[in-house]
Amino acid sequence: MELLGTYNYWVYVVIMMIGFYAVIARHNLVKKVIGLGIFQTGIFLLYISMGVVRGGSAPVRGPGTPPDTLFANPLPHVLILTAIVVSLSTMAVALAIIVNIQRRYGTIEADEIHRMDREEAEAPAPSPVSAGAEEVAG
Amino acid sequence: MELTLPTIALLTPLFGAILIALTGRRPDLREGVTLLTAVGLFLIIASMWGPVAGGERPSAHLVELMGPGLTLALEVEPLGLIYALVASFLWIFNSVYSIGYMRTLYGARSEGQTRYYICFAAAIFAALGIAFSANLLTLFLFYEVLTFSTYPLVTHARNEAAFRSGRIYLGILVSTSTLFLLTATIWTWVLTGTLDFTEGGILAGKASAGTMVALTCLFFFGTGKTALMPFHLWLPNAMVAPTPVSALLHAVAVVKAGVFTVLKIAVAILGLETMRQTGAGDVVAWFAAFTIIVASLLAMSQDNLKARLAYSTIGQLSYIVLAAAIATKSSITGGAMHIAMHAFGKITLFFCAGAIYATAHKTKISELGGIGRRMPITMLCFLVGALSTIGLPPFGGAWSKWFLVQGTIEAHDIVFLVVLLVSSLLNIAYLLPIPLVAFFGREPQAAADGEEHPPAEHGEAPLLCRIPIIVTAIGCLLLFFWPRFLHDLAALAAN
Amino acid sequence: MSFADHLPLLVLLVPLLGGVLSVFTGGGRVPWLWACSVTLLTFLGALELFSIVTTAGTRTYALGDWPAPWGIELVVDTLSAIVITLVSGIATVVTFFARRNVEKDIPADRLNFFYSLWLLAITGLLGITATGDAFNLYVLLEISSLTIYALVAMGKETDRRALPAAINYLVMGSIGASFLLIGVGYLYMATGTLNMADLHETLTLMREAEGGFNRTVLTSFAFITVGLGLKMALFPLHTWMPNAYTYAPAAVSALLAATATKVGIYMAFRFTFTVFGSDFGFLQPPNSTVLMACACGAVLFGSYVAIRQRSLARLLAYSSVAQIGYIVLGLSVLQTDAVTGSILHIVNHALMKGGLFLVVGVVAWRLGSSDLSALGGLGRRMPLTSAAFVVGGLGLIGVPGTAGFVSKWYLLSGLLSSGHWPLAVTVLIGSVLAGIYVWRVVEIIYFRPPDPRHAEVSEGPVTMLLPVWILIGLSLWFGVHSAGPVALAGEAARTLLGQGG
Repeated sequence: MELLGTYNYWVYVVIMMIGFYAVIARHNLVKKVIGLGIFQTGIFLLYISMGVVRGGSAPVRGPGTPPDTLFANPLPHVLILTAIVVSLSTMAVALAIIVNIQRRYGTIEADEIHRMDREEAEAPAPSPVSAGAEEVAG
Repeated sequence: MELTLPTIALLTPLFGAILIALTGRRPDLREGVTLLTAVGLFLIIASMWGPVAGGERPSAHLVELMGPGLTLALEVEPLGLIYALVASFLWIFNSVYSIGYMRTLYGARSEGQTRYYICFAAAIFAALGIAFSANLLTLFLFYEVLTFSTYPLVTHARNEAAFRSGRIYLGILVSTSTLFLLTATIWTWVLTGTLDFTEGGILAGKASAGTMVALTCLFFFGTGKTALMPFHLWLPNAMVAPTPVSALLHAVAVVKAGVFTVLKIAVAILGLETMRQTGAGDVVAWFAAFTIIVASLLAMSQDNLKARLAYSTIGQLSYIVLAAAIATKSSITGGAMHIAMHAFGKITLFFCAGAIYATAHKTKISELGGIGRRMPITMLCFLVGALSTIGLPPFGGAWSKWFLVQGTIEAHDIVFLVVLLVSSLLNIAYLLPIPLVAFFGREPQAAADGEEHPPAEHGEAPLLCRIPIIVTAIGCLLLFFWPRFLHDLAALAAN
Repeated sequence: MSFADHLPLLVLLVPLLGGVLSVFTGGGRVPWLWACSVTLLTFLGALELFSIVTTAGTRTYALGDWPAPWGIELVVDTLSAIVITLVSGIATVVTFFARRNVEKDIPADRLNFFYSLWLLAITGLLGITATGDAFNLYVLLEISSLTIYALVAMGKETDRRALPAAINYLVMGSIGASFLLIGVGYLYMATGTLNMADLHETLTLMREAEGGFNRTVLTSFAFITVGLGLKMALFPLHTWMPNAYTYAPAAVSALLAATATKVGIYMAFRFTFTVFGSDFGFLQPPNSTVLMACACGAVLFGSYVAIRQRSLARLLAYSSVAQIGYIVLGLSVLQTDAVTGSILHIVNHALMKGGLFLVVGVVAWRLGSSDLSALGGLGRRMPLTSAAFVVGGLGLIGVPGTAGFVSKWYLLSGLLSSGHWPLAVTVLIGSVLAGIYVWRVVEIIYFRPPDPRHAEVSEGPVTMLLPVWILIGLSLWFGVHSAGPVALAGEAARTLLGQGG
């Protein structure tokens, strides 16, 4: 396979890795979720690009379509429609959780959250006997 | 589940345990249940002696555990019957002794006594399961049950020292059984497709010499209850338990389960013939010999009476391990007889040690000067137990030692013969001084250890403790004059 | 077609509709009652399906009457039937248990949504097990995963750390599922089909024709393995699990521990044996070495870390990491007894861990926390709960008489007879380590003095104790009467291994 002929695969890999990098390297939770979305978009491109038929048109059939039209493979398109819905739902759930995190933690930076949790875990829990006599740290 | 005699015998202590739990609030009734169950159990087991000696093998299929060939099943044969007879007979007197000991020290309603008696019954249940097992799987299952049912007994005192000992106890026993015994069992299963105990063993022709050696080592070291070095530490540590528990551990059930297991495996899984041909037991035999000598030397250095007896047991158990490793007819006969002889001798010694603690609150041998004049019956029985353990006539221990020695001669193992003889001398060195000091020594001066009772003011052991001591001591004597029934069973086992 | 023929579909249709309709159930006790009825109905259907499959053989069902391989097909063979029955059974028991825990953790006006998510999660899990189409599996996987992310996040009322746990799980889980998607995509690219049976035939033909492995197929296998490894929490891809199980509502943790990872393992079995085929060469060294190494790592790491935990839920989560290692170990050696042991352990571990997490649920409900420091002296005040823990714990160690012993026996037989001594030793060391962490908890429960803050607690209510003892009791039952399960698992194992093309 020549290098140029497989350019669609290169595109998908690059997009995927950009998204993956965002997921791993960014601390901001929304940016992570965006990265996840980009990652999944790369995969969509993989599927759709593999269904391309040279000279084929979009796989949509209407009442006036001639019977011997050449179509691109419709199956990957169908699969990706489903996958897009899944990706959308994932992002919706993720954002809902992030909104809640913002409310409860006051931040959406992952390292901040981690630090706050660690401090809380290390601080001694106030016992009812001495409540008020001690200040809880963190 | 087939309800034949073996099953009934097995279930009796289990029902006893349930009844004990129900009568927990009425101590006298509860103790009565224990005694009744123990006596009933002994009678049931004794009734099987005739048929088994005549060649019958009462059996019972319990449940198909995992598939064909992997069932829980019972079969009563001579070796198992010896162990079961010893365990059930001594349970009776251990219970009588427990009542006396616990009530003297703690009163009838003290914390945890119901749990104590329940666990005792459960331990006997497990011991019978081991004794009557028809295959390795059944034996392994009841072996583990024994470990867990004796744990609450070892940790009875519920203090930090007891928990530490309990952890060591469980740690060593469960580790050895999981890492070694289970491996050996599954390996045997994979090699032969069966786990049934069969005369002559099941490995002939199925395992190379190297495999036999490896399997033997795994089986023997996997049976942690034999206290074979280096896996012996649980035994001295378990001395924190009350003395009747120590008696149970050392004489009635736990260590006897260990040595019974190795004897049974040698005879019915590995096969005596196969073992001798492949030299499978050589490695184990050296460890056993080492254990005998080192344990005896360590015993000599112990001032705590129970600790000395503990190390004595470790050495005595390795006699039987050595016998199993050598794998000759006489050595197996001797080993089987020693299960009974050592049980009687050791339980007498432990009973005496406990009686001394309960009445005089003394634990160290150096404090025992002159105590024989205050507790003559106790110390006389101690002397009897000591002589039997050393192996001198006219006490039972002499017979088992005779056959053990025969075994080493049959196997042309002069080194081991020497080990046996040397250890007898060491036994004398660490056991005999005790009654001698007790009878002829001087009483220690006023309480150097801050004891509650001033040394001068105590009498003989309580009655309920004295009776079992006397019974087991007489047992040592009787076993010398009437060893025939024991010997016949043992010889049958060795065939 | 008779009613029974529709069972493969009904088993996932009933909880699906139940989940959707649950939104309309209002508040109070109605959502819970609705969920209990739905899961019970599903379980009955699953039992019927199980008896059909074990007597009459594999059942297939073409959705919408579109024939395979163009249409989506549901295929229920012995392994699927076992897992479907297991998941629906545990779902029923845990749903019944869940009422009090859930009422404590979730505000009353949200209960209908909670149970809706709950039932949809169960739908997804059952669907994964029933489907015979690779992409359909991805869709159902995501249905279950998304609902589970949300369910985990709902622990936020009691502990806000549920939220970062949920988002972490979401991110890692989505990446895992996306890897699966990529893998399926490559498979489609190479073969042109998505039906699992058809994939298998096509891949076999390709292999014979080309005399070796197509690089696309190899890549696909790699992506699928990593993706599934993440979903089933195989070391070292397990890091999402301890936090998720600790901070999720107790009922959710119980459901997940007993079902979600098991279904993950099922997917691995399905792809490895049914799609690719056991003799496809993928599970020969060095590939199998990687899998074995991960499994051994799981066993040793999971057990060791569990010993040092201060929270009971987290201890059990790490214990699960180790137990999943056992199952994957059996999978990786491709020997009948070992695979039988793995399949048995799927069921046995689900029962034991499910029961143990339910114990955590009872304790959390009474004490408000599952920290080990709070459990002192519990043996006296909550005797039945504590006894359940001991029995479940003995099962984790593998003491004979428990179900854990049976699966471990077969696993070890398989490892020993195929000569994998180091793996067998790993399994045994894992058992000893399990003994340490179980006994640590037992000592605290029975021998430590009670925490003064919790001095007044009493035993849990019957509605909570009953499910606990149903699961733990079953683990004992299957420990003693396991001839049937062993035969069934063996049959499933032979079928899987025989599908090597």
